[in-house]
Amino acid sequence: MATIVIEVMPKKELLDPAGKAVLGALHRQEVQDFHEVRIGKRFELHVEGEVTDAHLATARTLAEDLLSNGVIEDVVSIRTEDSPA
Amino acid sequence: MKVGVVTFPGSLDDRDALRAITLAGGTPVALWHGDHDLQGVDALVLPGGFSYGDYLRCGAIAAHSPIMSEVIDAAHRGMPVLGICNGFQMLVESGLLPGGLIRNDHGDFICRDQKLRVDNISTPWTSGYREGAEITIPLKNGEGGFIADDETLKRIEGENLVTFRYSEVNPNGSLHDIAGLRNEAGNVVGLMPHPEHAVEPGFGPDTSVAMKSGIEGLTMFESVVGTVVTA
Repeated sequence: MATIVIEVMPKKELLDPAGKAVLGALHRQEVQDFHEVRIGKRFELHVEGEVTDAHLATARTLAEDLLSNGVIEDVVSIRTEDSPA
Repeated sequence: MKVGVVTFPGSLDDRDALRAITLAGGTPVALWHGDHDLQGVDALVLPGGFSYGDYLRCGAIAAHSPIMSEVIDAAHRGMPVLGICNGFQMLVESGLLPGGLIRNDHGDFICRDQKLRVDNISTPWTSGYREGAEITIPLKNGEGGFIADDETLKRIEGENLVTFRYSEVNPNGSLHDIAGLRNEAGNVVGLMPHPEHAVEPGFGPDTSVAMKSGIEGLTMFESVVGTVVTA
């Protein structure tokens, strides 16, 4: 079994209110080391057997067309990971 | 005039929209997201709610529903389409309207009687209003912040695509106070606030006349049905 991992983040120039809320919680816990938190999404597409180029091509299309909305988000990573046996 | 309202899994305001069409003098037609049949309607409403639990992104999964291929075709052919709240999110997700909708800038869900300015009456949904009129209808959403890049915003303003702007209070950080938009052709309109909740005395926003007496959303449905009585 192998997995294609797709990561999507809100665009840098956009406010991320969810991340901002988490940052507020950090500050309330007196963690002051971080000045920004941003929250994105990780999708795992599981494949029986090996990940082929065709799988990756489909994943790339999906990432752009459905899993992200280019107006508000960026696909930051598409990669293959071996699933633990 | 037959006006269809599409129910998706998680739609909340489909019944109110159907009722608004009846009150406006139209014939409401309940449509189902899983069908490929618009049942011969003359206009369409995509209602509010939380289709598919707002999973992935608000309106994103609904925008890929079976019936949406017919809705998108009909919109391109010029059929009047109104997206309310979650329906507006579906319209931007399906590319029928520009921009995107993100979580409210303050992070809270908001529910209030919202004042709007009618900025463009050249649509089948707004033709019954007076340009520049101020109306008050309910607003209730968590992800109603309208955003677009500078170039898109310039185009939206340049082509007068803003149909409604938040007045007095910008409740969610929407750029340029944008509450609602139309497409270039004018037949597709989307807005975050809820006209279908302000159509019947006793159940709408408070007014200076009486509590819950506001019915300023009704004009949107009367506009498309063609029953507007000009004052």
